[in-house]
This record gives sequence, C-alpha cells and structure tokens, in this order.
Amino acid sequence: QKVSVEVLEHLEHLALVDFRDSEGVERLQKAIQFADQLHEVNTDGVEPMDSVLEDRWCLYLREDDVTEGNCTKELLENARETVEEYFVAPPGNIPLVKLEGQKTFLQGS
Amino acid sequence: AALKDALRSQVSAALKEGRVTPTELCQRCLALIKSTKFLNAYITVTEETALKQAEESEKRRKRGQPLGILDGIPIAVKDNFNTAGIETTCASNMLKGYISPYNATVVQKLLDQGAVLLGKTNLDEFAMGSGSTDGVFGPVRNPWSYSKQYKEKSVPKSHSEDEEYNWVITGGSSGGSAAAVSSFTCFAALGSDTGGSTRNPAAHCGVVGLKPTYGLISRHGLIPLVNSMDVPGILTRCVDDAAVLLGSLAGHDPKDSTTVQDDFKPFELPDLPDVSKLSIGIPKEYHAPGLSSEILALWSKAADLFKNAGAKVVEVSLPHTRYSIVCYHVLCTAEVASNMARFDGLEYGHRSDVKDSTESMYAATRREGFNDVVRGRILSGNYFLLKQNYEKYFVKAQKVRRLIANDFGKVFGSGVDILLTPTTLSDAVPYTEFIQEDNRTRSAQDDILTQAANMAGLPAINVPTALSERGLPVGLQFIGRSFQEKQLLTVAKWFEKQVQFPVIQLEEAERHDNGVFQHQKSASFS
Repeated sequence: QKVSVEVLEHLEHLALVDFRDSEGVERLQKAIQFADQLHEVNTDGVEPMDSVLEDRWCLYLREDDVTEGNCTKELLENARETVEEYFVAPPGNIPLVKLEGQKTFLQGS
Repeated sequence: AALKDALRSQVSAALKEGRVTPTELCQRCLALIKSTKFLNAYITVTEETALKQAEESEKRRKRGQPLGILDGIPIAVKDNFNTAGIETTCASNMLKGYISPYNATVVQKLLDQGAVLLGKTNLDEFAMGSGSTDGVFGPVRNPWSYSKQYKEKSVPKSHSEDEEYNWVITGGSSGGSAAAVSSFTCFAALGSDTGGSTRNPAAHCGVVGLKPTYGLISRHGLIPLVNSMDVPGILTRCVDDAAVLLGSLAGHDPKDSTTVQDDFKPFELPDLPDVSKLSIGIPKEYHAPGLSSEILALWSKAADLFKNAGAKVVEVSLPHTRYSIVCYHVLCTAEVASNMARFDGLEYGHRSDVKDSTESMYAATRREGFNDVVRGRILSGNYFLLKQNYEKYFVKAQKVRRLIANDFGKVFGSGVDILLTPTTLSDAVPYTEFIQEDNRTRSAQDDILTQAANMAGLPAINVPTALSERGLPVGLQFIGRSFQEKQLLTVAKWFEKQVQFPVIQLEEAERHDNGVFQHQKSASFS
C-alpha cells in the first residue's frame, strides 16, 4: 500500500522536514516495507520494553533544588538572533501550508 | 625504531620516567595528524589548547604530582560529544560553528585526569551510518588503505591512480576516532555506539572497540541519537588500555539519570588471563547471510582456540537475531524523530534566513541543515509514531526488543559466560564500492552483527584478530553479561594475546622516527 499524499503532507508538517523529491518518498515507502517484517514475530503476551535497565532500578527523581544555572550569557552566545535576554523567533501563528511561494515538493506535484 | 614503536611502547611508563615529556608527545602527535591529513580523521584539531594541556601536565609530572595514569596522554574525541569552547559539529551543517558551552561528562573526566585533547574526530552526520562517509566534511579514509600490508596485496592499475581509487572505508559511524587511534595520532579515542558505531570501525581499522553496558558510562553531553541505546564507546590499540579508559569514565553521573547508581570499581586485568573455567557461546544465527568465508574460518579457529585452552565451547541460539535490525530501524528512527526536533535554529546551530513565520523558519533551517539520511530517518520515525501506526510499529518494536533481550538472558542464564561472534560481514570495502548502496541499506547490512547488543544493553568488544587476504583487519566480537566488563575484557585480553594481531606498517608514522624508544611489543600506554 502506498502512503497517501495526505499522510505525506501531514508528516512534512509534523516533522518540519520536507521530502524534497520522489526519492524521499520512495525512501519512506522502503522504510515502511522493511519495518513490516516485524509483524512476522509473535508478540502475544509480551510487554513492550522501554529500558534495558527496567529490572535494575527505576528512573529516580531528585530533590527539587536549584543546583545550577546563571548561564544566560553562555546560552545566548550560540543563538543567531537575540534581543536582550530573549531568543527572537519570527511570528508564530502562521501555519506552514498557507504561505505563498513556500510549497514543498508534495504541494508542487 | 620508529614512532609507531614509540607509540606502541609503555608510554605512561616513559612519561613517568621522563624518557619523553608530555609536550614532546603532544607535538609528535600533532605533527603526525598533519602528515596524515589525507585520512580526514579529524574535523577540528585543537593544537593550542592541546599544547597548553601538555605543558600543564609536564609541570605536574616535574613536581611528581601526575593526576593519574592518563596525565599527558593524547586522546581524541568524536565530534558528537560537547567540548567546552570547541566547535562540535556532528559532521552536520546544522551545527557548523556551534561552540559547546560545556564539556560532556566523559570529556570532563578525561580532562580532569590530565589527558590531552588533540581534537574532534570525523563521523557520519549525526552518527547515522556505517561508513563514516556521510558527514559534511567528507569521508574518513581507513589508514590501512595506505599500509604496506594492503598495498602488497592490491593489484595496481597504475602507480599513482590506484591509491586514490582503492582506498577503503573505516566503517562507522566512529570512523574518525578509529582511524585516529589506528594511525597512531592518539592513544585512545572516544566514539559512540548505538548500533555498532564503535565496534564496526574498530574491526575495519584493526583497533580495540569497546561498547560498555548501557547505564555504565554517562551520556551527558553526548548529542543523542537513540536515548535508550546510545553509549559512549572506547577505542584503543589494546585491551589493557580500554580497561584503563573504562576505569576513568564509568560510574554514576547525577547529570545522566540513566546511569546506574551502583559503585563502579575500576579494575586491572590479570597479566595471564585464564579462560579454562569459562563457557563460550557461539550463536548460530550470527552465521548471517553474506558473512565472508574468511571471517567464518577465523571465527571457527577462534572457537578452537578456546576449546584447546580448556574452555567449554557451545553452540547457542538467539532466535530473534534476524529481527534485531528491523526492530532497531523502527526504534531508532522514532527516537531520532524526537531527538532531532530540538534543531530549529532558534537557540543554537544553523538558522535559516527565512523569517516569514516560525514554522517556515524551522522548516527551512532543517532543510538546509540536515542531510538526506537524517531527514529520511526523521520522516520515517514520525511515520511510525503517528497515532494510527503507534501500536503497529513502535510498540510492536518495543515488544520485539524484549524478545531479543530475553534471548540473551536465556543464554546467559544457561551457564554461558561470553558470546563469541564476528563483528562485521567482511573486511573494509573500497569507498567507491561502498557508496553504490544508500545509507539505510548499508547500515542494515553492516549493523547486523553488532546491533543486538545495543538492543539488550549488553557490553561488547571488538578485538582485532587477523589480516584478511586483502591485507585488511578483521576483528571478532565478544558479548558479555550486563556490567560484567571485567570478565569480558579478561577474555578479550586472553584472545588478544593468542592472536598477536600485526602492527600496521604505515609510512607516515615511520617518517617521524627518532629512535628514542626501544622496540616493544605492547601497544599500550598503561
């Protein structure tokens, strides 16, 4: 079964990564095909495994004490656009799809 | 005696006795890095800071106050570990120019013991790949391509053309680190291992590659690929050195909550390891399709070695082995989809000039910053995590993961102490041949023997075993029980002594000869 264009567009939006060309889409198809082999395995009654360390110990919580911080300057240094102590982002309430001239490969096809 | 002999000698002893100073050692390594630049093993060489660190080490040694066995020892670190004040790129456009504000815990530990950081090594972009060919700084060349041993065996087309044409890959993704250790430019290097990324290049480059138990060494500062499988890897020229490195790096880190809280006791390996009381398991499923007859023969010979030494050698079964790579594919892409989400151009790394909206800026940044391999995995991962696919793929893979881990549990529970398997399907292939297949296909093929250990979180090590007919290194892998690195390394050391893997004969290394050191067999710094 081929992945529908709706799902492909949805993926592009979720991932904020585009397929770029038909090879990209083909790559996904092959990846799904490859993964389908999992269904050959009988996993009845088997619990999913989150961590190999599940038996040894549980992820612990530490005390809610502030132990480090005050590194604003270092953290801002790596950002390209900052204003005072803020990271600057372009306007946020514009969905990707609606923009003109910003078509991805899928929309153009 | 050549530099390679010097570097093979007991360098720590030499440093202690003053036969060589940390500064001399550092300078020689830096010179060798320059003359082996064509290997493309290093992305960043931190010449100034390395020399400064060497000077500090020298001062301490003069005062008789070395910080430990690693004081003054030159090391290299894979470029996916954060190193304060030094560019950390993950071989990606996304992080070109990114200067880490902090040291990864493992890096800090090495520096605290006086190790001299020579530079950051090359890798596949974001550690995704099995060739060290897919980074933005270009592929890493296997030093053995330029060895006497390989040149003797290759059929020259024309004298100058064939070297360019025939150079072989290092394997990956920690190819730069493996090449750096293999070509004597450093004594040990850090790699990372998620599906075999330390053991695979170790096998192809003829060095020891250790993947520790998941949870033993801190991942804080290691830019994550798959949080549930990643571990820092150790690459050295001999097993004893790997034990020393392990001793300096292992232990609980409050900054990494996936490190176990048990106390870790650094150990020394016995001089004369004894394997006669051990049970060695040979998993039959590791006789994988495509395994070269050469490696199969070596594997068999190795089993005989253990038999003759009195060990019990038994065939065992890990029935879900062949699903390991599929399982990995799903879990890896899913975790990658999540881990790569942090790269949006806002706080660090590359940022696109597009500024119409946040989403368009993010999308453009990621389009510009990531290569096809990374983007492909992100998209696949997101597919497997879609609501309609979550149970079918992600949870299913998690269940299969448990079955794979259980396979190992059953075998170790039945009295087997160590598993012996090949590390790779063949010796290193020429670059021109490797790139004929795409990254995912190659990874699926090449990770098949190493991946399951990451699935189950077990410690595993590649030990260089012999040269192939083409004059290239072939290694074998030992897999041990969780947190039983001492036993694993003891067996590895015994095996290393038995096989006496030859030293690479590299012209460049010989050129830096000054005959200071006497010829010594050990490749060790410990």
